[in-house]
Amino acid sequence: MANSIVVNNLCVKRDGNPIILDLSFEIRKGSIAGILGPSGSGKTTIFRAIVGVQEITSGKITVLGKPAGSKDLRNRIGYLTQSASIYADLTVSENLRYFSKILGTSEISVDEIIDLVDLGKNIKQLASTLSGGERARLALATALLGKPDVIILDEPTVGLDPLLRIELWKVFRLLGEQGKTLLLSSHSMDEADLCDSLVLLREGKILAQGSPAQLKSETGETQMESVFISLVKKP
Amino acid sequence: MNISRIWATARRVLSQLRHDPRTIALMIVAPIFLMTILKYVYFNQPQTFQRVAGSLLGVFPMLVMFLITSVATLRERTTGTLERLLILPLTKLEFILGYAKAFGIAALIQAIIVSSIAMGPLGLKIAGSQFVFILVAILDALLGMALGLFVSSFAKTEFQAVQFMPAILLPQLLLSGLLVPRASMPRLLEIISNFLPLTYAVDATRKVISGGEGFGQDLFLIAIFLVALLGFGAASLKRKTK
Ligand SMILES: Nc1ncnc2c1ncn2[C@@H]1O[C@H](COP(=O)(O)OP(=O)(O)O)[C@@H](O)[C@H]1O
Ligand SMILES: [Mg+2]
Repeated sequence: MANSIVVNNLCVKRDGNPIILDLSFEIRKGSIAGILGPSGSGKTTIFRAIVGVQEITSGKITVLGKPAGSKDLRNRIGYLTQSASIYADLTVSENLRYFSKILGTSEISVDEIIDLVDLGKNIKQLASTLSGGERARLALATALLGKPDVIILDEPTVGLDPLLRIELWKVFRLLGEQGKTLLLSSHSMDEADLCDSLVLLREGKILAQGSPAQLKSETGETQMESVFISLVKKP
Repeated sequence: MNISRIWATARRVLSQLRHDPRTIALMIVAPIFLMTILKYVYFNQPQTFQRVAGSLLGVFPMLVMFLITSVATLRERTTGTLERLLILPLTKLEFILGYAKAFGIAALIQAIIVSSIAMGPLGLKIAGSQFVFILVAILDALLGMALGLFVSSFAKTEFQAVQFMPAILLPQLLLSGLLVPRASMPRLLEIISNFLPLTYAVDATRKVISGGEGFGQDLFLIAIFLVALLGFGAASLKRKTK
């Protein structure tokens, strides 16, 4: 099974409005894939459909060979929601310990994750008192707990300082090398070059997909930003 | 069903309470404060104090747990933690039983402290056993929790959730026989009150306090309401949204 995620002809309506229009793409096992598109283009809706919490109008989504939302997938997918879904009235360590108990992972793995996201000095702090970046890292930690095979990250690096961003990308690479599949979204084009494959999204439709190099050569541009612009302008 | 996930959820809910000492204080102090006021309002009618205060003791846990549960679960819905949990291996039933366990423990502590003070310094006489009384209080609390869980699925904001208390609980309180014996109410109201869970909570508490028999049947009915409401509550937790 070479592909971890396969999306076929996905259509989603929300409140009667078509949000995702006939979308198809595949994500190879062990790769880092990015969905890039402006705010409101449907990135979060696609992720919700992949993790199985979004009702879809038509189409088919397969994750690790099983239909999206299957029971068997529940401890194999890590999901970072766009706005951190953590308990503000619990401490960092209480949050992580709770999620790890639900996943049935060990205490050691919790400590590993705390190191990974560099929250060691905040473990006793209430999540409500964390800074934006710290809160984002806590949420990321809950998504990485239990070493899931597929990791879905909705705008994981928004609001993080550049150094931490570099650190996190190292972590993403490492996870990819371990055979994990990462699907992340961003509305900033400067992270696109770091992905193995890209889906460029606009108003619920795919503008283009392929590796960063492919997209650049197809459009004759050198910057991802201009690739996007030239694709939008293309008749 | 996985016991350790239920326990983890109960511990998590209790930790959240522990980080909120003001709510804990209000859970304990408010009933004692109200009991004390009642004591002096009915200073010249000790019989009435016995009747009203006794029944209220069973109603407090229900009111408190109703409010806390409806706000807490609404918060889980709006902050996305509930959706996040239901993607993980936690089942809806485990989630609900976790809450039940946590609030059952909170109700136990509340019932022990409040009933001890009511029976001690305030001079309330409980003819039945305090143990049975506490058991009734816990069942009442769980009933309040189940109602709160159920109505929270109809609320979109915390303001709305809080408004369900006057809308759902106060009418039940008026019809429960707490103010006027049910037999002396108009027939229609009496019939309606037969179908309201709070009626049996008040009945059971009163019977235990007066040392009367037959609270077993009330407890049985409360348990049935409890199971049904928890079932509705579980059904109201949706894994998928539009
Ligand atoms: N709960 C909702 N109900 C109805 N429409 C929604 C809802 N959430 C998002 N939308 C709409 O769906 C579209 C895509 O949103 P979203 O998937 O969040 O985009 P992105 O993550 O790319 O910013 C937007 O037009 C947004 O207004
Ligand atoms: Mg989004």
